[in-house]
Formats: sequence, structure tokens, C-alpha cells
Amino acid sequence: MQVPAPFDYERATSVEHALSLLERLGPEARLIAGGHSLLPMMKLRLAAPEHLVDINDLHELDYIREEAGELRIGALARHRELLESELLGRRFPIFHDAERVIADPLVRNRGTIGGALCQADPSEDLSAACAAAHARLVIRGLGGERVVEMADFHRGPYETAVGPSEILAEIRLPLREAAGSAYEKVERRTGDWAVAAAGVCVWMSDGAIADVGVGLAAVGSSAVHCARAEEVLRGERPSEELFDAAADLAAADCSPAADQRGPVEYKRHLAGELTRRALRRAVARALG
Amino acid sequence: MQVTLTVNGDEVTREIEPRMLLVHFLRETLSLTGTHWGCDTSNCGACTVLMDGEPVKSCTVLAAMAGGHEVRTIEGLERAGELDPVQQGFIEEHGLQCGFCTPGMVMTARALLDRNPDPTEEEIREAISGQICRCTGYVNIVKAVRWAAEHPAGAAATAASAS
Amino acid sequence: MATAEQPVLGYGRMKRKEDPRFVRGKGRYVDDVSLPGMLHGAVLRSPLAHARILSIDTSAALQHPKVHAVITGRDLEAQKLAWAPTLSADVQAVLALDKVCFQGQEVAFVVADDHYSARDALELIDVEYEPLPAVVDPRKALDPDAPVIREDIEGKSDNHIFDWEAGDRDATDAVFERAEVVVAQDMIYPRIHPAPMETCGCVADFDAVEGKLTLWCTTQAPHAHRTLYALVAGLPEHKIRVISPDIGGGFGNKVGIYPGYVCSVVTSIVTGRPVKWMEDRTENLTSTAFARDYVMRGEIAATRDGKIQAVRVRVLADHGAFNATAQPSKYPAGFFHIFTGSYDLEAAHCRVTGVYTNKAPGGVAYRCSFRVTEAAYAIERMVDVLADELGVDPAELRMRNLIRPEQFPYRSKTGWVYDSGDYEPALRMALEMAGYDRLREEQGERRERGELMGIGVSFFTETVGAGPRRDMDIVGLGMADGADLRVHPTGKAVLGISVQTQGQGHETTFAQIVAEELGIPAEDVQVVHGDTDETPFGLGTYGSRSTPVSGAAAAVVARKVREKARLIAAAMLEASPADLEWEKGRWYVKGDPEQGKTIQEIAMGAHGTVELPEGVEGGLEAQTVYNPSNLTFPFGAYVCVVDVDPGTGQVKVRRFVAVDDCGTRINPMIVEGQIHGGLAEGVGIALMELIAFDEDGNCLNGSFMDYLIPTAKEVPNFELGATVTPSPHHPIGAKGVGESPTVGSPPAIVNAVIDALEPFGVRHVDMPLTPARVWAAMQGHTEPPA
Repeated sequence: MQVPAPFDYERATSVEHALSLLERLGPEARLIAGGHSLLPMMKLRLAAPEHLVDINDLHELDYIREEAGELRIGALARHRELLESELLGRRFPIFHDAERVIADPLVRNRGTIGGALCQADPSEDLSAACAAAHARLVIRGLGGERVVEMADFHRGPYETAVGPSEILAEIRLPLREAAGSAYEKVERRTGDWAVAAAGVCVWMSDGAIADVGVGLAAVGSSAVHCARAEEVLRGERPSEELFDAAADLAAADCSPAADQRGPVEYKRHLAGELTRRALRRAVARALG
Repeated sequence: MQVTLTVNGDEVTREIEPRMLLVHFLRETLSLTGTHWGCDTSNCGACTVLMDGEPVKSCTVLAAMAGGHEVRTIEGLERAGELDPVQQGFIEEHGLQCGFCTPGMVMTARALLDRNPDPTEEEIREAISGQICRCTGYVNIVKAVRWAAEHPAGAAATAASAS
Repeated sequence: MATAEQPVLGYGRMKRKEDPRFVRGKGRYVDDVSLPGMLHGAVLRSPLAHARILSIDTSAALQHPKVHAVITGRDLEAQKLAWAPTLSADVQAVLALDKVCFQGQEVAFVVADDHYSARDALELIDVEYEPLPAVVDPRKALDPDAPVIREDIEGKSDNHIFDWEAGDRDATDAVFERAEVVVAQDMIYPRIHPAPMETCGCVADFDAVEGKLTLWCTTQAPHAHRTLYALVAGLPEHKIRVISPDIGGGFGNKVGIYPGYVCSVVTSIVTGRPVKWMEDRTENLTSTAFARDYVMRGEIAATRDGKIQAVRVRVLADHGAFNATAQPSKYPAGFFHIFTGSYDLEAAHCRVTGVYTNKAPGGVAYRCSFRVTEAAYAIERMVDVLADELGVDPAELRMRNLIRPEQFPYRSKTGWVYDSGDYEPALRMALEMAGYDRLREEQGERRERGELMGIGVSFFTETVGAGPRRDMDIVGLGMADGADLRVHPTGKAVLGISVQTQGQGHETTFAQIVAEELGIPAEDVQVVHGDTDETPFGLGTYGSRSTPVSGAAAAVVARKVREKARLIAAAMLEASPADLEWEKGRWYVKGDPEQGKTIQEIAMGAHGTVELPEGVEGGLEAQTVYNPSNLTFPFGAYVCVVDVDPGTGQVKVRRFVAVDDCGTRINPMIVEGQIHGGLAEGVGIALMELIAFDEDGNCLNGSFMDYLIPTAKEVPNFELGATVTPSPHHPIGAKGVGESPTVGSPPAIVNAVIDALEPFGVRHVDMPLTPARVWAAMQGHTEPPA
């Protein structure tokens, strides 16, 4: 079978240790957590880091908790922990919807939310869910930490705001009342990357949509944040016509590329169709 | 580098290249060839073993990353000459043909039953959905896992219940 | 009291004898073989589909401290091994010399101390290529300006391989001329791959002192491979031992001899050490034998009231860069001429043209008898298209046209003689099991609600068990199979067979055949296979031929032993052989049942001191070579129910009913398991499996991330039924079943999806029916998206 090129291996014992290793080893070092994106790329020799810093022992980054009006998820929380978190499922069912269709149970046993977001694959599901949830991301370096908005996190395909000597430490989801959320994905087969996917979070007030987030996966060069669709929804009472209008904008504003999963026309159609379906379920959950 | 881990209850320490994949460590370094491999991209699950009780794809775990952890392979399932009920179930229900995916399927089923002793068909199908079988169409694998759920003590239980 | 399980004395459900080792992880596959001093090989492959090789520099790789050898085509050329004959009278480059003709083609072979180092060394080989335009679409392969791929063939000025016809063209045209209804349908059976879970590989161990080569190899045909190595490499055949140990699935992928095997043998000879080579999954999908790749135009002629009169099919067959299809020599399109299916026609004709393209060679029968899947798909799609044209229910249209039981043996219009069949009961059973009428009602109700539910029917007849040696050979080797049976003094037996299990359970079913004939427990019969030094010659397992050919050999050889046992029993009983009667397990004196000898007693007598009659030798054994007098013709009726998401085009297979008639069932449990597996592969073929290329000839499905195989979540709980119509010419009436489900299920699934799309006026969509393709069809696009 295919095997990675040689590299050196270090195991970090704390976040500080991981950061100092990155600082010392320089730009040819990569962090490895679940490894389910990085190792296949290394086997294909599309990636050949000289050093791997294993952060699987950083249990300080493995948590899902409510704190300061936010739901805070440590970057090392595994997909499976997200799926099994009653708290996350209750406050943000979009994450449970998404986790059920991310890869397969074995991959979910290893893969982490931090790894998923940092891979910055345009088809990655949690990025779209985080975009919809208006997530904020805590990035730590030896000099301290900074918080960036999800919209500023991805700099393009496979590129993020995390610097070479930094680590994504935490994902923060603002908690608000009367929330509902949902994730819809079309895949060619169980475990495949999305042909297209849409995530929606709504926050209701007096029967109207007080605020909303719409994020799409696999229909742009990174997770697509649908500002115009959100704009048309905000402040309005939910209706099929409203959802149609938002779906049309989501479809119009994405920029899919044709590949084996489908042509542009189909993916654009899915962006609209799945936005509509996610809106319906998110609103129903908020009102339910 | 040196790595120390527990494999089927025994602590082993070996000198390895950092890039060595766990599947190769098991197969080549320890000669535990019951764990197979079928792809390069973590899709097929033929390499599935238990790490700290949870099924993982050993082609996508470095042996170095398994250091300090407990790994269980198909060779570690039989106890005192008695097959695990899942192994027996695969025989009873014709849950295998070429046998290549079988060790991985059996390990995943073992982990599933440890967490959920009475899984539904849907739960079984979900649990094995990261593993490909090209021979059985999965129908009898599902039955095999159900057999194991219904015979938690395996072949011994069948013999006893028939008495 | 614990009830001890009764020993199985013949046919019936019996747990598999091979399972205890597999469930313990004690199977022994090729990659589990490890020999002292063994080196590891890796293949450098072309990144381009069509290019001249300007230079190859292996010096840096040779300097790698762990590398022992690097060979290129030039090295092989010196030993006259650069080219190897294919199974279809063509040649294939073992390692490319002057140019490469497909992406993934073998260019160099590295041998190193370990697998990781061999892989590293591949990156140190520098090959300079001059890209050439690639021929990707077979429909453009014969264009006058198409680049000529096979410049190595002297005088070759185009990409044409063969034209082949079957049936009566004039008679067929005549029927079409006067037919009331004629419909035509273009369809593509795309390139797919058998993709067994275990990839291909080998361990070659050449013993220079003995001059003997031992080759552990993932082969479905160890004996045929041995002979081919002898013919090609010039090694004496008695000094070649091919061992095919446990095989992790074959499905046709492991019929041929691949360049990696040859390179392993050569480097074992060169280095004097054993060499292991196991391909990775990308190598498996991009360079070893593909299947199908038929571009077809089918036409069907019928009366207005739905009597099918004639069928015509025109096929363009994409054979890739080297013609390496595997089938009997006389039949370049395999058994495609079974395309008349299960229907009584007045006339039929097909014409198949084979072309070269810049793609991997192959054209193997992925879980089917040579091109039978393509044929069944063509006719079963055409019948549905005709039903749509006539406005007749597709099940009813089939019922009206099935060959009737009194017509068997039935001579088809393309020359087959169908051995036996009783089609209508099978179709009725399938429809009843499915609750067909109720399903149609439900479909109507759902359509009113805007839901898309489809019901698909197929009825197929296969031709398997190749084949009679007067007609069928592979590279000159007649398609017969040997068997030898030795009964030891204590009555335990060893059966040597020439076919090779890849999961079919031969160790169990072949023991059951002997058990049935001799009346000894199947547990007492050890089946030996997969080692050419230990087993009789035969052509191997593919095309559902194990039971029809080798299974027949097992029955025949057991009967020979039984007849010899009669002579010895007669001597022991001091009776005339003519006065003995057989009951399972025992010869006894007619009219005096107490006076008898069991096989076990006879075995001891045969090896003991019993005075043997004149001309009878001691021991209790026999051998045979079985040459089938005809092929066998399994058939079946399938019903599939699907739901299609109108907003996304996603297809869900809700139910699948399969009624199979494979004649006598030796072990129904194993038969059902075979059907399950083939149906799942059918779901994959219909909905997701595809090997596609971009316009430069780059393969787009070179890993399991893009070559999609169904998981447990895409396949339903299959519902199986059976009818039993034994083959009249087979010693035990068995017909073979492993491939029926792969033949019959793709058209049933596609027919169901097309049926679901009826409100959109869709008449055909090419496989695989991905969400994108289904949605495109709903938008009225007739060409599928890439």
C-alpha cells in the first residue's frame, strides 16, 4: 500500500509544548490529531512534512461545555464526542445532523473538530455548520491567543488564519434563545464528501426570524457564508415563499465547480434545495 | 524511535521508523497478519482494530501514535480456546466468504456490542458503514452480529441452551 | 443433552469448513507470506496516458542504500520478456519500452529491503516523457485522424482490433422491415472494476539450485498461469509451482497475468532472493483488468400487441491499450450473443467492433460469464423501452414472450442451446413475493403526492460453465477441469480440484458433492486446491464455471471411486459386482441387505489384504478430466423497488426480490450468500461504480474515495426465492450461481429508476445512476453529465 515519506515524530504533552515544538521545528512541521486528512495526503505524497507533532495527548483541548453564554468546543473534541454530546445536540442540532453524515463511525472515532476546520477542505461539513452558527475561533500562539470570526478563518482552499506556530484551540458558538438549526447534505454514497450541503441556524423572536446563519459546503473555494440569503430572512416571518427567496439567493451566490460529483448547474440547484430544506427544519425545531 | 504499546494484552516495545503505519507494525513487526489492508485512503476498513476499545482504521494511525495505548486485534479475541460470540456468529450465519474484510468487521461488531448489547439492524448497518465487504452484500454480516447479541456467551451458550 | 450436529452426508445447509480459520484471522493470503531474505518490489507507473519515453534514469534509485535492483523495459528486452502475450492473441508491455499507452502503465520495477524503501526509490527514478494526444472516447478511436496507439504492431495504421458477428443479419433485417413496432435505444455499460478487497500481488521465490520457481499469487487460475509462465518465460513447466493461497475476492480481476508478477519472477531470479509485490489500491483500479466498457445500440422489433420478433445490437467495445480481454479464443466479444435473453425470437443479430484506446487493458468478466452482463443489460433495458412504447406493463410484456418449458432444449437464434428452463413460474414467484400489483397501486398513490417510486423487473438467462473443448479454449488450453479423489484406509478422503476459491466456499461444497456420491460425512473430505503441485490440471474459477465444470468433475470422480468400491466390496462379500446394490455409503447384496460393506470398510479392504479380483488394483482412488458437453443456463426473475428524491435525484433501493434457478443447490446457505453478494455488486454497478477519464486520459477514479462501492447502508435486506430446474447434461444437475445476481440486478435497478422517472418522460439513463445523472434526466438532459 502507499506509505508516507520519512519524517520525525514528536509527541506534545501540553499546548505550550506543542507551540514551542512548532516554533523550534519551523514551517516544515505539522500538527497531527486524528490524522484522517493528513495521513492519506502523506501516503499519496501530496504532503511531506519533515516533522509531525502529535497533539492527541492534549486532553486540555478535549471538551464540550457551556461557558460565558457560549458553547465552547475544544479543538481536540472528536467527531464522535460531538455526535454523542447531549448538550451540543440540544443547543445546536445542526452539529448532530452534520456529524451523522461525516465520513463513517470509525473515522469519527479519530477525527477532531479542530482538524476538520484546519484542513479547510471546501467540502468539509463542520466548516459550513460553524459558518451557519456564527462560530468564533480561538487561535493560540506562544504570545497569547486571538479570536477570529468564522468568516475570517478560511483564507481559501486548504488555507486558514492559523499561523505556522499557532494552534486552533477552541470553537465558540454563541448561545441565544429560541434557536433552531439543521444540516442537509447530498452525497453519492455514505461516507463520501458532499456533492453539496447546507447548514442553517435561526434564532426566532415573536414568530419572526431575529437572526439567521446560512453556510454551504462543497459549492465554493471554501465554506460559503450566504450573506444575501441571511439578509432576506432576517426580521421576516417564516414562509415557503421566504424560504424560496433565500434558497434562490443561496444558489445564486455560491460558486461550485464541476467534478465527478456533478455539474455546476446541479450543485447550484442543490445549494438552493438544501438551503430550503435546512431552513424548514431549523425553523420547525426553533418553534418546536 | 522506540514505541511501547499493549497489543492483545501484552506490552510490546519495538524500534520503528516514525512513519510506520500501525497496520504494518501489527502485520510485519508483530506478524499479526489477521489485520488486513485494502486501500490507501481509509475507506475500506479491512485494517480495523480496536484502540482503547474503539474501532479505528489502523492504516491511518501511526504506530508511534498508538504508543501508550491498548490495541486489540482479531488474534486477541478468542479466549481460552473459546471463540468470541461475534466470531461464532459469523460462522453460524455465513457472515463471510473470502474472509478478507472479516477481521475488521468482527472487531467493529465486538466494539458495538460492548457499548450496545442489543443493537437494531439499523444500528449494526451504521456501525459497519465505514467498512466494505465485496462478497456478502452485508445481509449475513448483520445477521451474524445479531446472532452474537442473542448468544452473548457464544458457542458455549448454544450448547447449554440445547441441553 | 446437547444435541450433536448431524454430520452432513451430502447436499444441504452446512456451515463452511473454511470459516474457523478466517474468523480467527488465520487465513493465509499472499501478503501474509513472508520468506527469509524476502525483498519487496514496487512498480513505477506512467503519469501520462500516451507519451513517448525519451529516457529513463535509474541511477539515483540504484544508489539508495536499501535498493537491490531496478529493472526497465530494456532490461527485460534483453531476456525477450519486455512483451507478454495476452489472453486475446495480442501482446502487452511488461515494462514500457518506447512509449506508454495508458496512465498507470508499468515503466520500471524496484526491489528493496522493505516496502517503504521500495516506494521511496520510485521517487528517485527520472523518466523523461514526450506527451502524445490521447484517444479516450472509443467513439473517436476509429476517426481517420485519431492517433495510432499501437505503433509496436507492424503495419498498424488505426485503432481497430476486431469485428465479430453472431446471428443472421439478413433474416433479422427482414423481420425489422416488416415489423409493426421498432424501437431503438443507445446505452453505455460503462467501464467499471471488480475491485476485490484484496489487491493483486505475488511472492516469487526462484531456487537457483533446483531451478524451481515457486510463485504465491493472487490468481483465479493457478494451472493456466503455470502453463503460461512456462510458455512465455521458457521455464520448464515441472519446475514451476503456482500457489494460490486464500484469495480475498477475485470477481474476474485475478484471471490475468500482470506485469508485476513477471517482474517479481525476473527480479527473484536476478537477486537470488524471494520478491514480494503487492499492488496498492490505486494500482489495482488504474492498471489491472477493468470490466465492461461497451457502447451499445439496441433495436427491438415487435408486433403492436407485444410479441417480440427480433433484436439487433451494435456494440463498440473499448478494450484499452492492449487487447487483454479474457474469454474463450473463438469469441472476441465473449458470450455477448446470449443477448436474445429469455425470449422466443424469430431472428437476432449482433455486430461487435473492438477498438484500442489509451486506457488500461482488461475487459474481464466482473462477476459474470464473458460479456453476459452486457448482453442481459441490453435486452432487459430494450424490453422496458418497448413496454414504454407499447404502453404495456413490463412484467406482462416479459410474461408474453418467455421461452416456454416445452421448447427446451431451446436453440437460440444466435446458436446457443439452452439446456433447461421453466421461466414463467420463476417470474410469477418474483412478482408474488414483491406484491407486484399492490406495489403498482402504491406507486399510483405516491405519484399523486409528487413522490417518485419505481418498480423494475428483469428476467435473465445466463450461459456459464465454459466450456466444451471442441469450441472453447483459452490460449489453446481446453476449458476442462480435472479432479482426483483418494480415499484413505480409514475412509477419510482427499479431493484435489483444479479450480480456486476466492470466497465461494469450495472446501465445503466440493466436500458435499463427494459426500453425496459416497455417503461419507462432508467433514471427512478434505478439499485441496490452489497449489499446482498438489492438484490436477484445469482452467480455474471464473465465468461461474466451478460448479458446472469442476463440480461435475468432483461428482464424476466420486462415482468412479464408488464403482471401484463396488468391485472391492464384491470381493469382500464374495459376490458378483452385478449382484450389489448401492445405498448412500454402502454396497450390499441384492435381496440380502444385511450383507454389505460401508465405504469405510471397503477403503480398509482396498488397502488391506482382501484378495482383489483380476485387473483390480489396490487402493481406492480415481481421477478424471471433465469436459462439459454444453454450457449451463441459469436464469432468474428480479424485482426492484426504488424511491427517488424529486428534489435531489438521490436513489434509495427500498426492496429487492430475487428468484434464482441455478438447478440443483448443493449448499443453499452458500448459494444464498453468493446471491446476496452479487446483488450488492449490482447495486454498486447500477448506482455508483465507474472508472472514468478526463480528456487527457487521466483516470478519475483511482482510489476508493472515488471508486464507490456500496456500504451496508446502500443495500437492502434482499428477499430471495428459488425454483429448481436441473441441468439435464450436468452430472448433478447444477448450473452455477455466483454471477447470476450481478447479471440480473443492474437492469432491474435501472428499470426501476427509469420507471420512477416516468412522470418526466425519461426512457433511459446510463449507469451509474448518480444523483447528478438522475437529476439531469429529470431536467430533460439526454446526455449524462461527466
